Amino acid sequence: MSAAAATTPLLAVRGVRAAYGKIEALKGVDIEINRGEIVALIGANGAGKSTLMMTIFGRPRARAGRIEFDGHDITGVPTHEIARLRIAQSPEGRRIFPRMSVAENLQMGADATECSDAEREAGLERVFALFPRLKERIAQRGGTLSGGEQQMLAIGRALMSRPRLLMLDEPSLGLAPLIARQIFDAIRTLNRQDGLTVLIVEQNANHALKLAHRGYVMVNGLITLAGTGAELLQRPEIRAAYLEGGRRG
Amino acid sequence: MSANSARPSPAAQPSGSAFILKKALISALVALVLFSLMIGVRTEAGPQGGLIYWTRFGDLAALVGAVFGGSIIVELLRQWWGPVDKDSIVPKPVQSAISFAGRWLAPALLVFAFLVPVIFYNQRYILDLSILVLTYVMLGWGLNVVVGLAGLLDLGYVAFYAVGAYSYALLATNFGLSFWVCLPLAGILAAFWGVLLGFPVLRLRGDYLAIVTLAFGEIIRLVIINWQSLTGGPNGVSGIPRPTMFGIPLTPGDDGLAARLGIEFSPTHRLVFLFYLILAMALLTNWVTIRLRRLPIGRAWEALREDEVACRALGINTTTTKLTAFATGAMFGGFAGAFFATRQGFISPESFTFQESALVLAIVVLGGMGSQLGVALAALAMIGGFELFRGFDQYRMLVFGIAMVLLMIWRPRGLIGHRAPTVFLERNQAISSDLVKEGHG
Repeated sequence: MSAAAATTPLLAVRGVRAAYGKIEALKGVDIEINRGEIVALIGANGAGKSTLMMTIFGRPRARAGRIEFDGHDITGVPTHEIARLRIAQSPEGRRIFPRMSVAENLQMGADATECSDAEREAGLERVFALFPRLKERIAQRGGTLSGGEQQMLAIGRALMSRPRLLMLDEPSLGLAPLIARQIFDAIRTLNRQDGLTVLIVEQNANHALKLAHRGYVMVNGLITLAGTGAELLQRPEIRAAYLEGGRRG
Repeated sequence: MSANSARPSPAAQPSGSAFILKKALISALVALVLFSLMIGVRTEAGPQGGLIYWTRFGDLAALVGAVFGGSIIVELLRQWWGPVDKDSIVPKPVQSAISFAGRWLAPALLVFAFLVPVIFYNQRYILDLSILVLTYVMLGWGLNVVVGLAGLLDLGYVAFYAVGAYSYALLATNFGLSFWVCLPLAGILAAFWGVLLGFPVLRLRGDYLAIVTLAFGEIIRLVIINWQSLTGGPNGVSGIPRPTMFGIPLTPGDDGLAARLGIEFSPTHRLVFLFYLILAMALLTNWVTIRLRRLPIGRAWEALREDEVACRALGINTTTTKLTAFATGAMFGGFAGAFFATRQGFISPESFTFQESALVLAIVVLGGMGSQLGVALAALAMIGGFELFRGFDQYRMLVFGIAMVLLMIWRPRGLIGHRAPTVFLERNQAISSDLVKEGHG
């Protein structure tokens, strides 16, 4: 990649507004994700974190602003075409295919990006290396997996498209702390080994900020704070709003 | 229940004979209370206008006895079909016999289907009935693509059946095209209408989709009734040519098949030909469906049934996926319609009512959505069984209703609710240990 490409962020969201009917969920959001970074997006319930992720994916559509992926404008591009640019998503609530087997779920991740057999095999190996549990459950129906395994499957499925950007919506939601830790470890491994760029949306601010290189804090559809993970962790307002409460809960 | 609590049973539901007896007794008691007034005492207006009554304790006892016995049978059956990890009272040999039968059912049915014209050569009624059953098997398999695989509830499937039938009927009577030319045309036209229906309903799911497809089915029927100049309206289209065996007619004339082969003509020849024709068409439907399920498009259909949002996020174009499902299902409906037209020789809008759509949908649902064998069995049971109970007269519907209710209680996912996976990862099972170690990082 050229020097210019290296300096432009992989994903740039500029002044994006989005709304559900009359309720404005994003009121002009700017974020940037550079290659090889893990970026955490934290905030309370209803702050618009998931909406931002979905807007990057084209649903709901951005009413104003511009979303650029690798220098190309992807605002208003249909969702499935955005996915084919190899932006992968592990959506909120995991959304695996419950009646299909683990193998089929993983294959679904590879189907749309038209990868070769060799790439598919390599992808599977990578997923199984990351989550050996999935290999044990390969023939099982997705719906019969435990919550943690389903999360692993959702991430594994996203990885099967050999993503350039992986977006994870609340990967630790509803998981036992130990399992959540495994998931976060896996994300860190992916980033360190393969240089995978990750955007992670989390309510678990402590975990997410420790994992991330940089973080954004979102309140009521606006980015209110930005900084490195370590910086944000030290900010008193973050500690008060997300960490103390989070620890008690 | 001391007998049960003492036993370390893994399942929540107890299953001893004492439990069954207790359950049957409770059912009998409820029946006694319910029926004692409804059946035990009969009242009627007497000759003087006063109320007279008499008792029918014999009938009451018989009914309560029936409930008691029936309850035991029901409970036994429930444990037969129940989850495998449960302590079953069904002896092991019977269980293995059932699973053996399950494995060989499909091949056995196929062989039997091929032999039907040989076995029942002289029984016109059975041949006719088998052709009818196979037509519904094909329709069921066609609708299965839309409802079973793609999960799009289509209540207007009969519309495509009608499009296929009228395509063949009109092309053959007006332009003299042969069945073999019209068959693909009927399929293409039906698929075209499938896409046409698909566009407005792309955003709909579930109940809303069902209503629109229902309306679509009615629209097609009403257009056929009212477009008299083209379709003949309620009078239908008659004189539809019979199919030929690749140009050789199945008639008693000199150029007929019988004369050419030097055998005596029999009208059964045509029936046997029609039988193998619909069998071949149904098997083609089945084969195509099975193949498609293993391709990305078939997987996308099934994924669409499971979760549309996730599909989109994985880069699947849900629009084209839905449209291809509609078109594929409609195409098979069109084929079946063309066959129907050539078999009957006469078609009218009466053959394409909502009842047909409901029947085909019932076959798919009862068979187990997505299961090819289940759909075939359900078609056999629904169409064949319905004929079988002809002797029961007015009780036929009752028997049928009860059978369907019972089936839905025991097999809520249909006769064969099991779904066979389509992706197998036999190759490359061994992962080198260093990768695993790194993965734990």
